[in-house]
Amino acid sequence: MGNWNNQTALEAIEAAFAGKIISTEETYGLLNIEVSPADAYEVIAWLKNHESLKMQFLTDLCAVHYPDKEGKELGVIYHLHSLQNNFRIRVKAFMPKEQAEIASLIPLFKGANWMERETFDFYGIHFTGHPDLRRILNMDDMDYHPLLKEYALEDETRTDKQDKFFGR
Amino acid sequence: MSELMIRNGGQLVSTETIDGEIATLNLGPTHPATHGIFQNVMKVDGERIISAEPTIGYIHRAFEKLAERRPYNQITPITDRLNYCSSPINNMGWHMTVEKLAGIELPKRVEYMRVIIMELARIADHLVCNAVIGVDTGALTGFTYMFQEREKIYDMYEEVCGARLTTNIGRIGGFERDFSPAFLQKLRTWLKEFPAKFDEFDRLLTRNRIFMDRVVKAGPITPEMALEYSFTGPNLRAAGVDYDVRVMNPYSSYQDFEFDVPIGSDGDTYDRFVVRQEEIRQSLRIIHQALDNLPSGSFHADVPAFYLPAKEDVYTSMEALIYHFKIVMGETPIPAGEVYHSVEGANGELGFYLVSDGGRTPYRLHFRRPCFIYYQAYPEMIKGSMLSDAILTMSSMNVIAGELDA
Repeated sequence: MGNWNNQTALEAIEAAFAGKIISTEETYGLLNIEVSPADAYEVIAWLKNHESLKMQFLTDLCAVHYPDKEGKELGVIYHLHSLQNNFRIRVKAFMPKEQAEIASLIPLFKGANWMERETFDFYGIHFTGHPDLRRILNMDDMDYHPLLKEYALEDETRTDKQDKFFGR
Repeated sequence: MSELMIRNGGQLVSTETIDGEIATLNLGPTHPATHGIFQNVMKVDGERIISAEPTIGYIHRAFEKLAERRPYNQITPITDRLNYCSSPINNMGWHMTVEKLAGIELPKRVEYMRVIIMELARIADHLVCNAVIGVDTGALTGFTYMFQEREKIYDMYEEVCGARLTTNIGRIGGFERDFSPAFLQKLRTWLKEFPAKFDEFDRLLTRNRIFMDRVVKAGPITPEMALEYSFTGPNLRAAGVDYDVRVMNPYSSYQDFEFDVPIGSDGDTYDRFVVRQEEIRQSLRIIHQALDNLPSGSFHADVPAFYLPAKEDVYTSMEALIYHFKIVMGETPIPAGEVYHSVEGANGELGFYLVSDGGRTPYRLHFRRPCFIYYQAYPEMIKGSMLSDAILTMSSMNVIAGELDA
């Protein structure tokens, strides 16, 4: 058992990837690290293979869409967990919507397969190196990625649920 | 003539030569042996499986998209429909996620009450799963007995929240009402009567020669492979990894209770069955401890912005009416931020990744659904085994279609 906490882990990561960490943040006790999509695979591989940190468990992989953040519209969010140290970390990689590409994690975690297919299905993010990047939950001939923010769930002319009517 | 050389987890499974040609077999989408709507297109040589190609998504209901348009309290019924065999765990996992985001502190009584309900749900879920493994081996008797016990657990839910299957139990901040004397009476009676019936079920199957011949070494997985595939819950523990969210990241006062985490060694169908059997016993231990030490106090936190006021107050007091209106209209103030919270669901780590921008609805909500993640290992686990073992492997993995497809 190592005694890793957010601070020691952050120091180790910053030492190993000087200049590649775009931003860091601590939300609700969880360390967040933002890297560029080009570096994401390398950073996660390092975290997984680190001799004492051992982030060997991919808890979750999903995406978020921020249409207003220019050049960083789409983000892939990884949650990693070190079972030996009971330490969790969140890695984010943001990319422009026109060039939504990031390396697949399948060589590191076999379980990333369906999680990446799901993310592709709903956000259209291409995971390069994925052997079987097809839709998984939606039907195959669907021609859009439904969780993107431009697809409104209800009639867009409907105004009764706008935030401004609720004191915000 | 075809030479079968199939590798499973690094081990050579079969080298025998089978006479015949490769056939394509469509298992599902609706088949009585699949316990849900999912399809597997299998290539089989005789009865031996060469490959399987699962198709999922038949009951996809776009929960993550729906959640982006619903106020926080209206998302609880969505979570019911993930793993519908143990809805209360999903409900409470969601409540705890919002409470973590909003920084709500709960009275100890609420946490203990939640533990009781969540452990009942775990028992109900494990009973269904293990009873169904029995059914798939041809032993229907245990199933009928254990379904009676599950029914009694549903009666207890009914006393607490009025619903049985999709419970929508509790609220953000606590419970809608305190445990009634009728509930406590039912729970105490059940705690007395259940162990004897459960032992009977245990005797029926666990050391039964016929049952063991069918399930031992069926659909095994190594601990390394289970971790590669992000297995969680009883399936991971059956493979020999002692990861339990209740112990690693205690929530809802689980640190107050003494219980063991059973682990298996082979990760096969038998180990998964036995691990669940033992977890039922441990859950009973937890319920006894929680019930004996149930603290006094309120059954909800004092958070008027989230917790609906009592109905009689709504009719008589101005503040209560305002809060009632604001909650119903989804106008509760919520901080911007992002939070990941996970609970030990009945079939694995159920996680909620919630991004809030301070609006009335979540900006993004992602469910980490344990069986969606581990079901992808299914083709690898059944490769080289007999078709009937594949059915057993599926039922012992506890794949719930509602959770798989979200």
